Amino acid sequence: MNEATRPVARLDAVTQRYGHTAALTAVSLEVPAGCMVGLIGPDGVGKSTLLGILAGARQIQSGHVDVLDGDMADAAHRDAVCSRIAYMPQGLGRNLYPDLSVAENVTFFARLFGQSRVERQWRIAELLDSTGLAPFADRQAKKLSGGMRQKLGLCCSLIHDPDLLILDEPTTGVDPLSRRQFWELIDRIRSRRPGMSVVVATAYMEEAERFDFLIAMNAGNVLATGSPNELKMRTRSKTVEDAFVALLPTADRAGHKKLEIPPRRVIGAEPVIAARDLTCRFGDFTAVDRVSFTIERGEIFGFVGSNGSGKTTTMKMLTGLLPPSEGEALLFGKPLDARDMAARLRVGYMSQSFSLYAELTVRQNLDLHARLFHLPAAKGKARLRQLVAQFGLEDYLDQRASDLPLGIRQRLSLAVAVVHEPEMLILDEPTSGVDPLARDRFWELLIDLSRNQGVTIFVSTHFMNEAARCDRISLMDSGRVLATDVPANLISARGVTTLEDAFISYLEEATGLRTAQPTPGAPLDSTSETARPTSPQRAFSVQRLFAYTIRETIELLRDPIRLTFALFGTALLMLVFGFGISTDVNNLTFAALDHDQSHESRAYLEELRGSSYFVEEAPLANYAELEKRMQSGEIDAAIEIPPGFGRDLEAGRPAWVGAWVDGAMPFRASTIRGYFQAMHQLYLADPAVKTTLPQPPPPARIELRFKYNQDFDSIYAMVPSSLSMLLALFPAILMALAIVREKELGSITNLYVTPVTRIEFLIGKQIPYIGVAMANFALMFLMALFIFQVPLKGSFLVLLLGAFIYVTTTTAYGMVISAFARTQIAALFGTAIMTVLPASQFAGMMTPVSSLSGMAQIMGRAFPMTYFVPISVGTFTKGLGFADLGGVLAELALFIPVLTFISFLLLRKQER
Amino acid sequence: MRTIGNIFWLGTKELRSFLRDFVLLGLVIYAFSLAIIAQAGSYSQEVHNAPVAIVDEDHSELSRRIAHAFLPPYFRPPQYITERDIVPLMNMRRYTFVIDIPPNFERDVLGGRDPALQVNVDATVMVQAGLGSGYAQQIIMTEIQDFLSHREGTPLSPVNLNVGIVFNPNVTTAWFTTVMGIINNITMLAIILAGAAIVREREHGTMDHLLVMPVTPFEIAMSKVWANGLVITVAVGISLYFVVRGMLGIPIAGSIPLFMVGVVIYLFFACAIGIFIGTVARSMPQLGLLYMLIYMPMNMLSGSNTPLESMPPWLATVMQASPSTHFVSFAQSILYRGAGIDVVWPQFLLVAAIGGLFFVLAIWRFRSSMAQAAA
Repeated sequence: MNEATRPVARLDAVTQRYGHTAALTAVSLEVPAGCMVGLIGPDGVGKSTLLGILAGARQIQSGHVDVLDGDMADAAHRDAVCSRIAYMPQGLGRNLYPDLSVAENVTFFARLFGQSRVERQWRIAELLDSTGLAPFADRQAKKLSGGMRQKLGLCCSLIHDPDLLILDEPTTGVDPLSRRQFWELIDRIRSRRPGMSVVVATAYMEEAERFDFLIAMNAGNVLATGSPNELKMRTRSKTVEDAFVALLPTADRAGHKKLEIPPRRVIGAEPVIAARDLTCRFGDFTAVDRVSFTIERGEIFGFVGSNGSGKTTTMKMLTGLLPPSEGEALLFGKPLDARDMAARLRVGYMSQSFSLYAELTVRQNLDLHARLFHLPAAKGKARLRQLVAQFGLEDYLDQRASDLPLGIRQRLSLAVAVVHEPEMLILDEPTSGVDPLARDRFWELLIDLSRNQGVTIFVSTHFMNEAARCDRISLMDSGRVLATDVPANLISARGVTTLEDAFISYLEEATGLRTAQPTPGAPLDSTSETARPTSPQRAFSVQRLFAYTIRETIELLRDPIRLTFALFGTALLMLVFGFGISTDVNNLTFAALDHDQSHESRAYLEELRGSSYFVEEAPLANYAELEKRMQSGEIDAAIEIPPGFGRDLEAGRPAWVGAWVDGAMPFRASTIRGYFQAMHQLYLADPAVKTTLPQPPPPARIELRFKYNQDFDSIYAMVPSSLSMLLALFPAILMALAIVREKELGSITNLYVTPVTRIEFLIGKQIPYIGVAMANFALMFLMALFIFQVPLKGSFLVLLLGAFIYVTTTTAYGMVISAFARTQIAALFGTAIMTVLPASQFAGMMTPVSSLSGMAQIMGRAFPMTYFVPISVGTFTKGLGFADLGGVLAELALFIPVLTFISFLLLRKQER
Repeated sequence: MRTIGNIFWLGTKELRSFLRDFVLLGLVIYAFSLAIIAQAGSYSQEVHNAPVAIVDEDHSELSRRIAHAFLPPYFRPPQYITERDIVPLMNMRRYTFVIDIPPNFERDVLGGRDPALQVNVDATVMVQAGLGSGYAQQIIMTEIQDFLSHREGTPLSPVNLNVGIVFNPNVTTAWFTTVMGIINNITMLAIILAGAAIVREREHGTMDHLLVMPVTPFEIAMSKVWANGLVITVAVGISLYFVVRGMLGIPIAGSIPLFMVGVVIYLFFACAIGIFIGTVARSMPQLGLLYMLIYMPMNMLSGSNTPLESMPPWLATVMQASPSTHFVSFAQSILYRGAGIDVVWPQFLLVAAIGGLFFVLAIWRFRSSMAQAAA
């Protein structure tokens, strides 16, 4: 063990609380330098929080943390040391970019650390060689196996030669062979750079044996520290796992006893499940490849393999959730039929993501399932009482499932799955993430179900000690079953001592056949040791900014859905709006109620009938009909000519005509009124109308001059406005997803722990979306010219400049929402709500903003589109140039710094 | 019986989930309160506060009377500008109307020399320009006639037209936009809530769980329809009674209960389409993008923004296939024109039929899409 004089990190009374759960409670600790430090404990005890704090990714709430001789609460120190720390967060490749290839991922990180092209190239080549990833440099990260993905994560972490390497559960869910290769790789790297400190969290207690120094954690507290041997001696245990259990507080250990598995009594030979050559393909990817096995009644049958080895897919085929591409499955001796309700009553299923409604309480969850399985009320109540007692849920009855500790939640999931007393249980990784104690308790329940109630259990796991408890297991890898037998037989067949070794042996055999696994690469080039990162830290770096731009662009280009939506979605809506949104009111329907039926009354109506705006419907007989037809919306207007109209006219008495207009749509009503009045004037002026009274000439002429749009055709205003509206909606939505996506997928960590600044991050990510929006603009511009035949009368350059500034503001608008929101769904609908209403109503598309009042006016003024509509309509239809539009361009441009600054403030450089 | 029980119990779960989802809850509350109030401030359907400028080259009593006749709320008090400013100011969208009164206008009017007065209209401000130019003409003509009648007395026309606007006598935009806002929100929320309910279950893995239990896709879909439909129906009722009628004081002519029946029928359709796109989308963002593509045309072209009559006939025909068009139409019939069931039942039937079609389609997609999602 390497005894360094100064610890690499020192924590003093660190307490972190999230909601009302304490992740860390007054943790004080020294982490020795230059060695391999393991952090052990189950999920949810604060390991990840602690590592996040050491990496500078999480904000320290209270207490003091020194890492690499400086205070981690100090932003300047964090900036200074972030290039000496590497952090690989939990989850397979969580800080990687799945759409990028292996080489592109590593290149991205190299750019973030400011490496020149030459430096980058030799470093990447060396790292990929040493990890055996070189042959897969062009493969997308999402197509890598779990083990390869973790190696890639390691490459990305090591690109800048860190002094402190922090790995959060790097091997969880990875197959044993890849796990072993991973640790060999770490050993090689450490032998090359002995000064490097490594801090690793792990859920596999077996792995902890190889570390130099262990920190055992439980419920936000450090239980003990020391070398593995020290811990084992202190607790007089043989393994680290036993030592950990011994270290737990006595209350937690109460009732814990060594798990005893009574031998299985063979009940009947007929298989409950028989799978023959089951195959499942998704496109050209074969998830499950000719899998065959049988499970007998009362047996505990295990599926063992890494994430992505096909365990879940096989189980889904057996529950009828997925139709097999080939092969067949027999359930209770009959071919599987997804529609067979009777068969469903005999099966209980627990899916990998807990099949619970997290927002319901324990009681509500159980109750709901009892009702869905139609247990009679009395029986249901009795069954619930029984389950609650059996599964130890008494103390949690009225807690929401989301608030339960993981172990309890899993017990509840199992209780829910057996509510209807099924004959067979299908459990997909029921214990992942649970501490050893809870796992044993869970297994006690399974054993009870199997041995005492004769339930057949089909369970999948990636824990070898759990696999050893099964009656028989299948070892799975890459969609294939490598071997199926009693665990002891598998071990002896391979001539090894543990099941893990047996699995590795089978894997090596399969790998040899497939040669898809990377071979361990060449040893690291020792001459590279001399090269240290040369680039100094700068406050603003164009290279880092472009690193994000390049990456975002590649991702966007590889996401056909977003891209299609961005380009053709807008084009489609442009087409629909361009034709559909029009204020030219015509095809209006009217009907006449002509009481007079004289020559004169017909002459009056003739004036209307001649109009191109109106379409006449069948005449009205009486008021009741008028009312009914207007109510139904069948006619927009009605004209009533009273009895004696002709006679009055003849006699020179003033005659009256009545018109009724449907006011349901105010704009249409006002327009109809205007048409009627104009028509009436025409009628009066018509020399054919013989009225006895002389008509005085009008005292003056009023000349209406429709400027810019002589025909007063709304397409000339609506097409440029629709273009503005669509440029407000879609770039904002795409941008809004961009940042929050990283938050959800976890790659936001790279903002926290690498030298990239918030401004570089924001602008770097914005640039591709501005590009897409400009492509949108080009498309819509061409549509306006050639499809809608709206000519551009003014300056193209001003329109182009305006569009550029405008899409920068609308993407910035989405950026603000994205920086604020925490989930993609919230960002999406937040953006939709905050853009659709102002864009369609308050931004000058239908009404000038100056004519709005109250909140509508405020919402309009604060929306960039309000300032672009004059530019778009101005250049298209009014024929304007820079002289007229310079002012409004400047106003529009003001949004850019304001919105960018708000995003900057909302975006955090550390996780809370 | 079993089916009804399943639908009921699954629905209660749906309601509980919804009440815990604060983002969606906030969205519903905002959409039916603040968003409606904001839309009451819109004057997109009428001439309101239209900016007017006058170039007065006459400086006579008549020209002053004309200027004073432009009054709020239709027009802003006119500003005096010079002739050479007309073009730049109109270019900057400062004024929608510029009235140019030529020199010696009053004298020529009195002398019966038939002088011409110009009204320049910015014909890119569609609604305001279209309606406002008519108003402006009328106002000026009336002023001139009043001015003359002091001296001569105007003769009565041989035929007089009396135009009455029924159902909304003052053509107030807010009456229209608030109720149409509610209608648009119904479409928006039903699609979002039902679609998100499907995607959420799938993302949480609970959908798999449901599908291996003895419940059918029909029951699952139906439970989502009734639960999300109930939430929206309640929100619509509250919004109509308290926000529209209570706070904004907008009268509703027809029977709100009858309208609510129509809402329920429409919600069946809207939830069905939500479920349908929920089965098509593979993630929440995709759901959102699909939603935009479906919702925007359904909303913008339903007749709740611009009149259906002004669309090209082929598009208006296409829009007849969208229940949103019929919904807007019967909502206007009931709420503004006080129509009864005898008038709107054919549209109710049509919406229900299209809703049924989508519902069948959604159920048909259900299981196959769930299988794909497992990849």
